[in-house]
Formats: sequence, structure tokens, C-alpha cells
Amino acid sequence: MTAVEPTNATKVRVGDLSVFYGEKQALFGVDLDVPANQVTALIGPSGCGKSTFLRCVNRMNDVIDGCRVTGSILLDGVDVNDRTLDVVQLRARVGMVFQKPNPFPKSVWENVAYGPRIHGIASSHAELDRIVISSLDRAGLLKEVQDRLHEPGTSLSGGQQQRLCIARAIAVSPEVILMDEPCSALDPIATATIEGLIDELREKFTIVIVTHNMQQAARVSQRTAFFHLGEIVEEGETGKIFTNPTDQRTQDYITGRFG
Amino acid sequence: MSLLLATLLVLLVASAFWTGRNRALALAADGTSTLHSRPSYHGSWVALWCGLPALVLLVGWLALEPGLVDAMVVSALPEEVRELPSGELARVLDDARRVAAGERTAREPGPEVLEAARQLGRLRTYAGLAFAGLLLSVAVGGLTWARSRLRPDFRARIRVERAVRISLVACSVVAILTTVGIVLSLIFEAVRFFALVSPAEFLLGTEWSPQTAIRADQVGSSGAFGAIPVFLGTLLITVIAMAVAVPVGLFSAVYLSDYASPRTRAIVKPVLEILAGIPTVVYGVFAALSVAPMLREFGEGLGLDVASESALAAGAVMGIMIIPFVSSLSDDVISAVPSALREGSYGLGATKSETIRRVVLPAALPGIVGATLLAVSRAIGETMIVVMAAGLAANLTANPLEAVTTVTVQIVTLLVGDQEFDSAKTLAAFALGLVLFLATLILNVVALTVVRRYREKYD
Ligand SMILES: Nc1ncnc2c1ncn2[C@@H]1O[C@H](COP(=O)(O)OP(=O)(O)OP(=O)(O)O)[C@@H](O)[C@H]1O
Ligand SMILES: [Mg+2]
Repeated sequence: MTAVEPTNATKVRVGDLSVFYGEKQALFGVDLDVPANQVTALIGPSGCGKSTFLRCVNRMNDVIDGCRVTGSILLDGVDVNDRTLDVVQLRARVGMVFQKPNPFPKSVWENVAYGPRIHGIASSHAELDRIVISSLDRAGLLKEVQDRLHEPGTSLSGGQQQRLCIARAIAVSPEVILMDEPCSALDPIATATIEGLIDELREKFTIVIVTHNMQQAARVSQRTAFFHLGEIVEEGETGKIFTNPTDQRTQDYITGRFG
Repeated sequence: MSLLLATLLVLLVASAFWTGRNRALALAADGTSTLHSRPSYHGSWVALWCGLPALVLLVGWLALEPGLVDAMVVSALPEEVRELPSGELARVLDDARRVAAGERTAREPGPEVLEAARQLGRLRTYAGLAFAGLLLSVAVGGLTWARSRLRPDFRARIRVERAVRISLVACSVVAILTTVGIVLSLIFEAVRFFALVSPAEFLLGTEWSPQTAIRADQVGSSGAFGAIPVFLGTLLITVIAMAVAVPVGLFSAVYLSDYASPRTRAIVKPVLEILAGIPTVVYGVFAALSVAPMLREFGEGLGLDVASESALAAGAVMGIMIIPFVSSLSDDVISAVPSALREGSYGLGATKSETIRRVVLPAALPGIVGATLLAVSRAIGETMIVVMAAGLAANLTANPLEAVTTVTVQIVTLLVGDQEFDSAKTLAAFALGLVLFLATLILNVVALTVVRRYREKYD
């Protein structure tokens, strides 16, 4: 746990967020402030709505038939569901890393260049190459793939693939990165690499991470929110949540008594 | 009679199963020993011994009976009839068969025919009865023998499994042998053709007019067997068909898999598949009577000279016919692209069409290529539409507005009507068939390899 800088502005402010899948309600009026340049961990038992919450922030739920979202999600004070806000731009600002590494069946280089190409970020091939290299570097992958840049991204190991996906996400210079259980498919060594990476990325990005691993949440995050049955039961500084939770359910969950 | 026999046999087999099973139960009932196999396996084994030999006998009888009976009838005929030339004798037998069946014959039946018919009827009855007796005793014999062999430690399960495997192998051998037989006969006849016309002339010649003289004194019909115009015609029509089918089929597959709501998909997909169920004759009528005249009028309006039977009409309609084929195969491979890839792309801010263009289609490309190749081999082999709408003239042209002819059309025309079986004209059909077979075989092998390699990647 790193000491919390007190002056962090709120990057994402979620107010009274409810989500319905058809008739079924998955989130019930959730409120959460995500401070800038910090790691916020979302924990809670399976099916409690963590992924649903995460996917609301960059509107990935748009593509699900019958999914309805109410409430407000303000990114720097602007509602992401505002009609004037373009979903393409939103997703350029709010990147996402998925539970299972999902590199495109293209070369390592092409994987990272994908986002900048779509958004026309680079004006020349040389600049694009620079973006690709620096993203791979920041994702801590460059050394390992330096001479395999043109091999398929799918030929990397699982941990390397996940870092490739992180590189792919940061190549478009997002402001927020959403990570949905990014380490659940990885071994402890690859997990440690990615945790270290998350800690470094915090300097430039705001990170929200879903995890089932209590130690991981304690290690990488500054703030933690505990979800239960579609509501946030408790939310606050990670240190406080883990050492001195106010709610009995949080206490039970982090000590492994249910969930 | 045969219905009764079949019923009896089925009943016998059923009772064989039942006695075998009961016997096994009885064997186990004294409690001193346990059964190696479950009772139903004992039953199945007895049933197999009851049914299988009888079945083999039945198949053999069906194959041999007509020849056997005929031979016996002939041998009973008077000397002067037996001495008749073989064609005449066959006609007598043929008429006798009709008379025996109570049908009318072409000629007034002579005494020898009536005699033969009488013989035939008598023999058939006796042979039938004898055979029925034999069949039933074989079945009963198998049953009794098998039942007597049952012991508690009898490995019925293993034997039944082996019998099942052998019968499955036998069925696939029949299928394979049939295919091999067809291919061999193609090759054999094609070789005879190439003895008359050199392979070089056939494969490289540019003139195709297969009408040969039926009588030696006819003029102007020596026959030319240069198949290039025919191959080119096939190629031209296939290209036109693919130009219609691939874009339309592929785009509708993309629409169905990535854009359509589940409800639309549930309606559109079956509708597309109905297209695949329309008989090709109907497409042919459509091509010849609707599309071709329309094209000609349209062409006249533009000052173009369009033949009333054109490659364009046939190719376009063939393309329409293949659309569901391309779209349903492509839909399968596109849907098989993991949705995680799509989400990854959306998550980076890509739009739907960018995602499809840059991630989904490249990932599905091998499968789409495979689907297209399979569609090509269908187009090459398609006959009805081109017979009706593409014409018969073997023009050496790349102009889609003219009439062309295809390999399949030529095979049909070569074999329609009365033919001498060993003329170059008739044998040419086999040579064309062989080329067609090789072309589609290669395409299918390539396509299946491509598709399979693609499958391995995501499973
Ligand atoms: N596409 C969907 N359609 C219908 N219901 C869904 C859909 N996605 C999620 N749900 C439901 O919404 C609820 C919350 O799901 P969510 O995926 O957000 O849980 P989670 O906290 O991420 O669980 P886990 O830890 O297992 O990933 C669950 O009850 C789930 O069944
Ligand atoms: Mg989840």
C-alpha cells in the first residue's frame, strides 16, 4: 500500500447508477467517486455486479441487447451517457483490459498500432512506430518482444499477452484504464509483473481494477469498494477497508467467511 | 409373401433377444457365478446370430435369384428356342416375365413365350417357398446355436461390440467402393477416349464440335474435340456467379452475425436458407424465361447486342443460387470469431464496421476463403441452370453477353439421345467428366484444408 496523496481530484463520479438486463436488475443505485491517478479496486462475491459497473464507465454495455442504464456517470464532470458525447471518443479516453488476454490475430506491432490507427493519432509511420515502442516499453514488454515485433501476438505467453493488451490500451493515451480481473488467467510471476506495472501506470492514468484476490487488492489499490448483491456496501481507503471495515458483510467477505 | 417373411424374421430376432437375455438371467440366478456381460448383451448376441446370417443370405438371394431362375427357365425351353440368337432369347424371356406379371407385351405372345411364362411362374413360387424355408431355418439355427453357447463368463459384450464395429466398417466400405468404382469407370472410359483423340488436342484445342458421322458417307462431321472453349465457358460462368454470390453472401453473413438483432436473425436466416431449397430446375426456368429476356431488352436499350442465351444470365442466376451457401458457411466462421476479439476492438474505440473490417474479417478470412472455394466447386458442377440459360454454342469468348457452353452442358448434350456407346462423341463425356471431377476434387481438398486449419486456431 502506498500512502494516499490527499489532493486527488475526482476523475469519475458515479451517482445513483442502476443497470437492468431486461427485467433483471443488476445494480441498485450505486454511488462511487474514482479519484484521479489512483488505483481503485472493486471486490465482492461473484455475480454482484462488478463487471457490470466497470462496463458502464466506457459504455461497453451498449452492445448488449436489452441492457438499460440509469443514473449518472460523470467523466471530468461530463456525463458519459450524454447524447453529445461520442462513444468512440469516450472509449479512447477510457480504455479497457479484459479478464482473458485477447490479442488480435495480428503481429505484436499491429496489435499495439491498432488503436492509434483508428483514432488517427499518429501522422506518420515513424510516429506510429514510436508510439508502439513506447507503449510496449511502458507495459514492461518491450525487452521480451523486441525481436518478435512481427510475430503474431497470439504466439506470446499468457502473461505476455495480457501485457500486450495493456500496451494496446495505453497506446491511445487514455485517461482511465478499466481492468476486469486482469490477472485471473495468469501465474503468480506474471501476476507480480502486472501488479508492478499497475503501480507504475498510476502516475499517468486513473485505474479501476476488479479482482477476486484480496491480497492483490490490498497490494495495488489505494481505494477499495466492496460490492454485494448489486450495491456498494462499503467504500474507502484500502488500508481502512482491510484493517477496519465498518460493515459486518465486508468483514466476513475479506476474511473469507462467505463469497 | 415377402412381407410375411420379413415380419416373421423380425419377430424371430426379437424373440432371440428375449430368450438370450432370459437365459443369461437364468444362468446368473443360481448365484454361484456372476455374468461377465449384462444380460441385454447376451440377448443382443443371440439376436445378431439369428438376424445377420439370414440377412446375408437374403442379400445373396436378391442378387442371384433372377439369373438363377432365368437359367432354369431357359434350360426347360424346347431345343429350337434355346438355339435362338441371344438378343431374341432375351426378348422371349422379357415377354415371358411380362406375361407372368399379367402385363401386355409388344408382340402377341407365341407358344414358346407362354410356355416360358408358365415355367417362370412355377419356378418362382417353388424357389420362393424353398428360400423362405431356408431363411427361417438359418435364423432359427443361428438362434439355437448361439443360445446354447451362453455361459455366465461368456464375453457377449465384447463380441457384440465387435459385431457393431464390423457392420459399421462394412457400410463405409460399401460407400467407398461405390465411389472408387465410379472414379475407375470414369478413368477407364476416358482412357478409351484418349485413344481416339489425343490428350493434347483435347486439352489445348480451341474448336469443339463433337458431332461425328453416324454413317461413313455423311459429310462435314468428322468431329473436333478441342475442349478449351468449353473450359473457358465454365470459367466465365463461374466467375460471374462468384462475382454475384461472394459479395452478397458475405455481406449478408456479416449483417446476420454482427448487425441483426436476434429477432431479425431468426427471420432472415431461414428465409435465406429457403433459397437453398429451391430446385435448380426452377432457377433454370427463372434464368431462361425471366432474366435472359430482361437482360436482352436492357442491352438493346443501351445499344448492346445481347444473345438470348447469355453467360451473364446463367452466371447471375447461378450466383443467386449459391448466395445461401456462401452466406451460411461464412456466417458460421464469422460467428466462430471469439466475441472477446470484438470486445477488445470496441474497447479501444473502434466502430462496428472498423471492428469487422480490421479484426473480424481478417480473423475469419481463411474460413471465408474455404467457403468460397466450396461454392466455386458447386458452381462448376452446376448443370440445370446452364443447360437452360447459357446455350450450347461452344464460343471461344470472354464476352458475358454472348452464349457460351460449359462442361456440364456438353456432358448432357453428348449423352442425350441415341448413342453408339463407343464413339468418340460419347466417350468425350467421360473425359469431360474426369476433368470436372479432378477440378472439383482439388478445389474441395484445398478448401477443406483451409477451413480445417482455421478451425484448429480457435477451438
Ligand atoms: N449480458 C448479460 N445478460 C443478462 N444478465 C447479465 C449479463 N451480464 C451480467 N448479467 C447478470 O448481472 C449480474 C452481475 O453480473 P456481473 O458480470 O457484473 O458480475 P461480477 O460481479 O462481474 O461477477 P464475477 O465476479 O463472477 O465476474 C449477474 O447476476 C449476471 O447474471
Ligand atoms: Mg466479472
